[in-house]
Amino acid sequence: MSTPAVTTPSRWRALTHHHLFWPVAVLIALLLVNVPFTPDFFAIRMTDGHLYGSLVSIVLFGSPLILVAVGMTLVIATGGIDLSVGAVVAITGALTCSYISDQADQNALAGVFLAMGIGLVAAVLCGLWNGFLVARMGIQPIIATLIIMVAGRGVAQLITDGQIITINSEPYKLIGGGYWLTLPFSIFVVAAVVAVTIALTRRTALGLLVESVGGNAEASRLVGIRSMRIKIMVYMFCALCAGIAGLMISSNTSAADGNNAGLWIELDAILAVVIGGTSLLGGRFSIGGTVIGALVIQTLTTTIYTIGVPTQTNLVFKAAVVIVVCLLQSPKFRAKVFGARGRAAAPVTPAAPADAAPKMEVSR
Amino acid sequence: MAEPRPVLEMTGIVKEFPGVRALSGVDFRLFPGEIHALMGENGAGKSTLIKVLTGVHTLDGGTITLDGKTVRIGSPLEAQHAGISTVYQEVNLCPNLSVAENIFIGREPTRGGRIQWKQLRKEAAEMVDRLGLDIDVTAPLSSYPLAVQQLVAIVRSVGHGDSDGQGSGTKVLVLDEPTSSLDRDEVLELFRLMRRLRDEGVAILFVSHFLDQIYEICDRMTVLRNGTLVGEHMVADLDQVGLIELMIGKALDQLEELHEHQLRSDVGETLVKAEGLGRTGGIAPFDLEIKKGEVLGLAGLLGSGRTELARLLFGADQPDSGKVTIAGKQVSMSAPNDAIGAGVAFCSENRKTEGLVPDLTVRENIILALQASRGWTRPIPASQRDELVAKYIKALDIRPANPEARVGQLSGGNQQKVLLARWLITQPKLLILDEPTRGIDIGAKAEIQKLVVSLSEDGMSVLYIAAELEEVLRLSHTIGVLRDRKLVAQLTNGPEITTSKILETIASGEHQ
Repeated sequence: MSTPAVTTPSRWRALTHHHLFWPVAVLIALLLVNVPFTPDFFAIRMTDGHLYGSLVSIVLFGSPLILVAVGMTLVIATGGIDLSVGAVVAITGALTCSYISDQADQNALAGVFLAMGIGLVAAVLCGLWNGFLVARMGIQPIIATLIIMVAGRGVAQLITDGQIITINSEPYKLIGGGYWLTLPFSIFVVAAVVAVTIALTRRTALGLLVESVGGNAEASRLVGIRSMRIKIMVYMFCALCAGIAGLMISSNTSAADGNNAGLWIELDAILAVVIGGTSLLGGRFSIGGTVIGALVIQTLTTTIYTIGVPTQTNLVFKAAVVIVVCLLQSPKFRAKVFGARGRAAAPVTPAAPADAAPKMEVSR
Repeated sequence: MAEPRPVLEMTGIVKEFPGVRALSGVDFRLFPGEIHALMGENGAGKSTLIKVLTGVHTLDGGTITLDGKTVRIGSPLEAQHAGISTVYQEVNLCPNLSVAENIFIGREPTRGGRIQWKQLRKEAAEMVDRLGLDIDVTAPLSSYPLAVQQLVAIVRSVGHGDSDGQGSGTKVLVLDEPTSSLDRDEVLELFRLMRRLRDEGVAILFVSHFLDQIYEICDRMTVLRNGTLVGEHMVADLDQVGLIELMIGKALDQLEELHEHQLRSDVGETLVKAEGLGRTGGIAPFDLEIKKGEVLGLAGLLGSGRTELARLLFGADQPDSGKVTIAGKQVSMSAPNDAIGAGVAFCSENRKTEGLVPDLTVRENIILALQASRGWTRPIPASQRDELVAKYIKALDIRPANPEARVGQLSGGNQQKVLLARWLITQPKLLILDEPTRGIDIGAKAEIQKLVVSLSEDGMSVLYIAAELEEVLRLSHTIGVLRDRKLVAQLTNGPEITTSKILETIASGEHQ
């Protein structure tokens, strides 16, 4: 038998088996839910040279989450987890804002760049600490990163003296609240970080080595992968992403709030990674999936407001949707619920001739 | 054994998976009071047939008749209730509970909702006793070696029928590769139990890769190939060569070739030299030399220190005494990286836990070692990578020949080949193979042994560890004998060295 002609069912099958199928399907479904409540949901209009619309807002407000989740993806792929990202967001914002607020001229570019540099260096140092504890000292990631998660908020408050520092810096405002080429500037920042991450992991061998370490740590050691180095690098990268998100959040509000900046963002980020199809056990990861996952969460938050879920029930509503999303993504659950249909459809797939060497069905 | 009627009859069994027909119309029957071997290469359909029988898979065609009645087996639980018990290769018990608790778990004798501990222990002790085993049922299961745990698993599954039926008990006992991690004495103990159960009228279905064991314990065998029935024979009527030919479907040219092959005689200068290398709790300090192009075989019982020796030479464990010199340079051996840098490669005996990354593809697994040595910043160019991978998939005949296939889905033999390819690609000077032929079928076994011979001819040194002495004897120039975590002798292979000579050395612990 020659290779079977590509039929509609097999094309459909290839589509539904793509690793991004379910995340994208959920995202589209969530977006569509909004239409009956807000008929012009998909409309984008130009006002004062800036584009406005619900879609633009979702990406804009979702930017910090996407950044944090992208970094988190790599950490999770090594079999770890980073709970400290929310605190790193707060520390970065606090350091940067307090440096800017001390300047005579808050609009001076040099001062703003230096302030951002200080903030990001602090973030990377937090990542180095996490990586050191996990990779070098062998502490469980969840415990190791818990330290900065808790202590980091204290550090952020020390930096701001327990106050909310407000600043008035036009250049700094650009990152999280400004516009460029009609679009929110933060969208460009996110696009750049995502592009760099994908290039860094897929153009080099970093992605493969990360997946190997997460997929089988002992085998990776025996194959000569310097997993300690890779893990430390990944935690540093994750913290850097959180730091950029911290700049974005403090820039958007022109204030540093040690208590509330990035609060619980680590949980949303972990959720985004999982919705994107990366297993918490480590191994295979998908940056694209994570971006979609973060957009799903942001869309959900937006949807809750547009369809008017009462404030006191919106966390419960969010939880319910998340449960449904996770169930839909679970192959086991799908097999149970849609099993009868799946089995009936099975013979449609071309079966290998019985006399040939057994062929292995490879699903990805 | 003149039973008029089989206790179990499977007729025209068909099982399909997407894209694969795993079983096409297989007939199988099992008589009470016999030990029946199910034979076939990896992928022949043995596991599938067992899983259909034990309710793990639902069948797509055919009928199963138990005691003359057609039955539908929808789940492992239904299989158990019907009197079909299974013990798998991996023991599925709770090591932290006592032996008695494990035997009765899920069906404890209760009164008013309270477990009758005294009765439970007494009944467990009786069951163990009745089967002629000497096990303290109150001790935690983990205090016993794996072999005993396996016996407990059998006691548990056989006992299951007794307690809830009216003396119906277990009719069919399925043992899937129970011996693969047992040593000789433990195997004998298992066989004693199997014979006892057989004499009580239980029909035992036995799967093992060890042909000698099949011939020792089994009465009848069924041979499968590519999902079809090849034949059913009395063990006494079919010799080993005939059986292997049935299994692989061709004459034994490959193996014959190996038997006749001459060892390369001109091994070169010393490549690896270990002096006083040792590790407390692992292996006593030893001296060892491996020459260029030499195959050094290690013989010894399970747990005699074979693997520990190999791991020290690779830096997988850190030695606490001695030094290693490779090609004239001393190597620190504090991590595998040091050894890899010096040209040593190591295929672990535990393919799944220490070898492969199951989620990654065949291609990714193959290039992993080479990529690791280049570091993450220098990826292997795609064209060069694909060429290398294609070359080794072809050379080692890895199936499916699809570099995109996930390695976890391959059969054991093909996984082993992927592991080999991974290291061959790095062109090592010394290749350490720890049990490379364990759990893989006879065809792949022969291929891997042939490969070792040709690698040695090309000048690669090989440290070869295998449980089967014939294998070690056939391939090695020098045989290192281990006993009780000590390298007790190094024999130069020659006409006077035989397996019994090696066994003697193992037994006496000294070199005559």
